Amino acid sequence: MVKLPALFSDWFSQRGWSLHPHQADMLDKSQDPSLLLIAPTGGGKTLAGFLPSLVELADGSHTGLHTLYVSPLKALAADIKRNLRTPVEDMGLPIRIEDRTGDTSATKRKRQRADPPHILLTTPESLALLLSYDDAPRMFAGLQRVVIDEIHALAENKRGDQLMLSLARLSTLVPDLRRVGLSATVEDPGAIAHFLARHPDPCPVLWAEPGPDPDISMLETSEHPPWSGGGGRYAIPAILAQIKAHRTTLIFHNTRAQAEIFFHHLWLANDASHPIGIHHGSLSRDQRERVEAAMVAGQLRAIVCTGSLDLGIDWGDVDLVIQVGAPKNVKRLVQRIGRANHRYNAPSKALLVPANRFEIVECVAALEAVKAHDLDGEPRGPGPRDVLCQHILATAAAGPFQADALFAEVKTAGNFSSLTRAQFDDCLDFCATGGFALQAYDRWQRLIEREGYWHLRDPRTASAIRMNMGTIVDTETLKVRMKNARGGTPLGEVEESFAATLTQGDTFLIGGQIVRYEGLRDMTVEVTRRADKRPKVATFSGTKFATSTQLSQRIMDMFRQPDWPDLPEHTRSWLHLQRQVSQLPQAKRLLVETFPHDGRDHLCVYGFAGRNAQQTLGLLLTQRMEEAGLDPIGFVASDYATLIWGLCPVTHPAQLVAQDGLRSSFNQWLSGNAVMKRTFRSSATIAGLIERNTRGGRKSGRQATFSSDILYDTLIKYDPDHVLLQITREEATRGLVDYGRVEDMLRRTQGRIDHVTLDRLSPLSAPLFYEVSRIPIKGKAEERMLAEAAAVLSQAGLS
Amino acid sequence: MALKCGSCPSMTYSTLTLNGAKLHALGSGALWYPDAQILTVSDLHLGKSERMARRTGKLLPPYETLDTLTRLTSDLETTSPKTVICLGDSFDDRLAEAALPDPFRTTLTQMIAGRKWVWIEGNHDPGPTELAGTHLASYSHGPLSFRHIADPNAGAGEVSGHYHPKFTLQTKGKSITRAAFLYDETRLILPAYGTYTGGLRSTDPAFDPLFPGRFSAIMTGPTATAIPNCQADKT
Repeated sequence: MVKLPALFSDWFSQRGWSLHPHQADMLDKSQDPSLLLIAPTGGGKTLAGFLPSLVELADGSHTGLHTLYVSPLKALAADIKRNLRTPVEDMGLPIRIEDRTGDTSATKRKRQRADPPHILLTTPESLALLLSYDDAPRMFAGLQRVVIDEIHALAENKRGDQLMLSLARLSTLVPDLRRVGLSATVEDPGAIAHFLARHPDPCPVLWAEPGPDPDISMLETSEHPPWSGGGGRYAIPAILAQIKAHRTTLIFHNTRAQAEIFFHHLWLANDASHPIGIHHGSLSRDQRERVEAAMVAGQLRAIVCTGSLDLGIDWGDVDLVIQVGAPKNVKRLVQRIGRANHRYNAPSKALLVPANRFEIVECVAALEAVKAHDLDGEPRGPGPRDVLCQHILATAAAGPFQADALFAEVKTAGNFSSLTRAQFDDCLDFCATGGFALQAYDRWQRLIEREGYWHLRDPRTASAIRMNMGTIVDTETLKVRMKNARGGTPLGEVEESFAATLTQGDTFLIGGQIVRYEGLRDMTVEVTRRADKRPKVATFSGTKFATSTQLSQRIMDMFRQPDWPDLPEHTRSWLHLQRQVSQLPQAKRLLVETFPHDGRDHLCVYGFAGRNAQQTLGLLLTQRMEEAGLDPIGFVASDYATLIWGLCPVTHPAQLVAQDGLRSSFNQWLSGNAVMKRTFRSSATIAGLIERNTRGGRKSGRQATFSSDILYDTLIKYDPDHVLLQITREEATRGLVDYGRVEDMLRRTQGRIDHVTLDRLSPLSAPLFYEVSRIPIKGKAEERMLAEAAAVLSQAGLS
Repeated sequence: MALKCGSCPSMTYSTLTLNGAKLHALGSGALWYPDAQILTVSDLHLGKSERMARRTGKLLPPYETLDTLTRLTSDLETTSPKTVICLGDSFDDRLAEAALPDPFRTTLTQMIAGRKWVWIEGNHDPGPTELAGTHLASYSHGPLSFRHIADPNAGAGEVSGHYHPKFTLQTKGKSITRAAFLYDETRLILPAYGTYTGGLRSTDPAFDPLFPGRFSAIMTGPTATAIPNCQADKT
């Protein structure tokens, strides 16, 4: 047992603290090469991670970098710096702590490379950048420990994949490096441990005592929730009452647009003038920092927010979390709830506000899952190769490398441990020559091999490679500023496609303000302040999460009950009515309803596969309907069903949803689909085929840029087996396309289809008629729509 | 209204009249002048990927020259023109012309053979020097004059390229953006024909001096779609 030095134990006892058992365990095992700590929010996780470093650095004998701390949020790095200052200053420890993120000044960054601090707090992107410089071996010499915070969040995305490749590199530079991961409660700690450890090192998992169960329930309102929609506006009076009854309330929304609308209406109803703020990823940094500072200072009673406040930053005394809209995912719900009462051994208090009638069912299912500690999660599969391509280029930017050595190093990353040499060579070839079937770039190869070492052909391309690093690919956004002679206050950003729909005088919501669109200048949206009752709502790219497989399963299990005493009366009778006129969907069968409505034939498929997969299903089915001459016009997808309307009735839906047909349609459909093109754009950007739009660096829209769709079409036509198309197809099994869940649904139902013919819409399909994101059919339909729209314009022009 | 081209059921065109000349704007982005048997294409930007690789290290799929020439071959077969006018920026730059692989050079040579071929000088290239055909700064035929960049002071009947115009149509549910012909009574600006060419929105201020009043658009694609009488965006 490692004993805590007297200096430390004195400090602990002065404050009346004692070491938590898991903190002692972490100290005990601090020499293990890899260690994963699972602890609930507020469990002293950060101190557990840093304590061994503080102890090792206490005697002042270590020179240079000792501990690297990596977190998914810049703000978290700043927060930790603040929190570590207390013990370091109190005990007078000779430890220099600095952070380094995208916001760190160029001078400071340069100085840090020459003279690194003892503890450097950073993000995966900044670490990858540091490793792309030729002085990385010098900077990281002597590094002892790397602490990865919120590793459960990083393990879910490409930022984590990139981080693990960076760690593989670090472990080559410093073979004795010890890795520590700090994670919230997850469903599969073994998977996180495999992800963290240098493969095939073992990785012990330590557990902090779980806190008490949360105090969580559904918010009761006198007003009934609407049939559809995601706003939760009906609940505003009840939510205001809750804000009044608590010190600080976090109000989570699933999308930025919903957060904006809700905040707007909350503010209009806020007669008591409670100080309330809004925080989401599309707001300008200034705006977010102001809200964060006000929250730390305890000046806000409530914050309307999105996932941007998901991770464990300690921003004041939150005593209530409200989740508006179905939580979609139990694990994330539990992590969000943990934000309330950031103190160990006190139950967190949370309220769920279903935004519509179907979400009541989902919220009840989620409450049961939380009580049963049944967390959800999908296994992620091997590390994506677009990230590997970027890593190979970054490695080349740092200096010459040998292919064999790099391959061996990459395989030590848990997420790339199953990578084959052929897959690696494809990526290397892509980086070097573009990897095209037509060997066109003999003279202009990006990487060339000389005497067994791969070099950049033109060393000047290193800076372009660095500019393009990172695995977050934004949709095209435009900055929004107040119109003003001197530039004006930045407010945030909106998607370019939304900006394109605006004409002068239109009003929209951003950061809780209503603004008036004045015009576009230098790729910036200029606005003025304007009070208007009916603003448009900006569309934001914030990820739309799909309801998890487990939660969908729980909902279908609920449907098997003879009655639902836990549900409010209106929802209960709604489900009974569905059972009476049609049936309730079951897990092992696929319910398909057909009915006429509003002069058109409708088909509703209850796949319960999550929004993205249901959308993919809609695209596939409408393609098959078009081939069969059934003239589909459009469809809409929700987390549980797809509703298609067209000109002809579907009499044999079983043929339409037959597995083999769907699979072959999928492969064909991949080539021309817009979602696929977005997937391609993202992978092509990460892999370095196309440059990301550097802010402000964009040419004034001239002939300089052309869309990645053109590259996609060209590759599909002339080089269908190109490695980037392989990667795009791999990506399509998850994410936006989520074809994996369509497959799961097909396997689950095994062709057992219940076709119910109705003479009018069914109760369960009703909410779909209110869904907003209706998708018209591409192909012939697009030409038809163009012709129709043009005809209308012609007539208007003639009159 | 989109019409089907008689000899080629897969291609549609839309008609327009410029300074008395009856013209067909093809869905492919080429302009067909049936009375004079002239086919005009603009901004082929052949060799773009080679130039990108040479200048920036970006390795784009090197298929755009093949694709552009394949589409041009198809338009030539459909229309059998007596004269072909390339409105400038035919090559991405002079080095791209020199680096043109032999098979493509042969294809171009075959296209040029047996007809009048006019290379207008562009701002990227002064017109290919090693290929057959006539090199001119501008060209006139009947009521039409052809140049690379529109001249705000030009008289009626000007046909030009350079700007790579594109047009966005708001339809119910989504907006569709495509390369487009833009024209008024005075001038016509062709979309870029090259495969790797971006576009400039029809609302860009660059078009203001060229179309001071209303203009019309014809969107390219499987169906050439005419959008008459657009209000030039002055915001």
